[in-house]
Amino acid sequence: MSEATAHHEEHHGVGHIVDWRVLIGVLVSLLILTWLTVKVTEFDLGSLNIVIALVIATLKASLVCLFFMHLYYDQPFNSIILVSSLLFVLIFILFSLLDLSAYQSSIIPDYISSLRDPAYPLDQLK
Amino acid sequence: MTTETQVIDEGGHDHEHAHSPHLQHHFDTLDQQFNAGKLGMWLFLATEILLFGGLFVAYAIYRNLHPEIFEYGHHFLDPKLGGINTAVLILSSFTMAAAVRFAQEGKQGMLKLCLVLTLCGACGFLGIKYIEYSHKMVHGIFPGKYYNPDEHILEEELLGAHGHGAVAEHGRDHASSSGEETHGEGAHEESTQSAEASAQAAPAEGEFVIEKSQIVEAPEGPEGMVGIVHEKPELPKRPEKAHVFFGIYYLMTGLHGIHVLIGMCAIGWVFFRSTRGEFGPDYFTPVDLVGLYWHLVDLIWIYLFPLLYLIH
Repeated sequence: MSEATAHHEEHHGVGHIVDWRVLIGVLVSLLILTWLTVKVTEFDLGSLNIVIALVIATLKASLVCLFFMHLYYDQPFNSIILVSSLLFVLIFILFSLLDLSAYQSSIIPDYISSLRDPAYPLDQLK
Repeated sequence: MTTETQVIDEGGHDHEHAHSPHLQHHFDTLDQQFNAGKLGMWLFLATEILLFGGLFVAYAIYRNLHPEIFEYGHHFLDPKLGGINTAVLILSSFTMAAAVRFAQEGKQGMLKLCLVLTLCGACGFLGIKYIEYSHKMVHGIFPGKYYNPDEHILEEELLGAHGHGAVAEHGRDHASSSGEETHGEGAHEESTQSAEASAQAAPAEGEFVIEKSQIVEAPEGPEGMVGIVHEKPELPKRPEKAHVFFGIYYLMTGLHGIHVLIGMCAIGWVFFRSTRGEFGPDYFTPVDLVGLYWHLVDLIWIYLFPLLYLIH
């Protein structure tokens, strides 16, 4: 057994101890990515802006999940729970957005404003 | 605690963990117990993600239906403060991960230090959040039907950032002093005072007129507004449903803020237990689980920051 592995196996406790280099590397990457996402907003890239912002955010979130939250070292079951919850949020968002324009054609213009009378104070909620 | 740790260390590879006082009778090993606890925490975190998921759906729907209110509303948020808050939260996440590491190594002093540092980060985050909220509320920017904005703040934010330092300084000084004087006397007096201030400031510069009209001017479009902001000092028009942005803003950041508060309580509880030396290499589950919760709070903010503050 080499010196390095002997040192590694000194830990008899529970769970996996994350290497300092990994923790500090993740911290530095997160700060750099935060700076990047602020900088990239200064450029007008049209609809790409939100895509880039979300990609960077997802990259940061993955780093936090994998290393700060130990998912990289855990049993895969915890990751399955996380991914399935994200999947359901995604389904929730996508199906809501699909449904969004479905009723636009049946909206009667000025219907709401036609309802405005003192007995029905809708305009207070405007 | 330290003596127990030593006993186990001397035990070596014998896997005598079954004798650990931390092992509950319904688990076979400490590892199994630890993983079961973690599994439970992840199930809870999944429900938290679904809870916030509802708000993200609200965000997605309103941003799709009314992109102009987000274009307009984000001018009221300070990306600098938001960025600092992101960094503060990331740093506190790091100190939390370090605290878990120190607990695993049984380094009691460093564990307590890291927990205190994490708490400091949480306090810093909420402090900056307080500055942001009060800066808005003093100008009548409340969610929903309480939205009664004083346009002066927009002039201050936008023109101050584009080479009209004198006006911005004047406006800011007045705003902060009047904020202290008339604290709690209602938004209406506030807005009249600030309106006076802008009336004094505007003719001095002589370059712009405070836009009081609330009529929607759709043809300007998102790109057009951004261009105007950079080219000449003219303020973007307020869209009809601007208050919806602030409703979403306050709900999302507010719910996140409540999570920060709960996280602080949990970290405080773990810190209290760590002062009694309860955690070591074979038992640090509470530190780890509170750490997971704290990282989730960080995760949510990682998405909130670009979605609310960094709208182009």
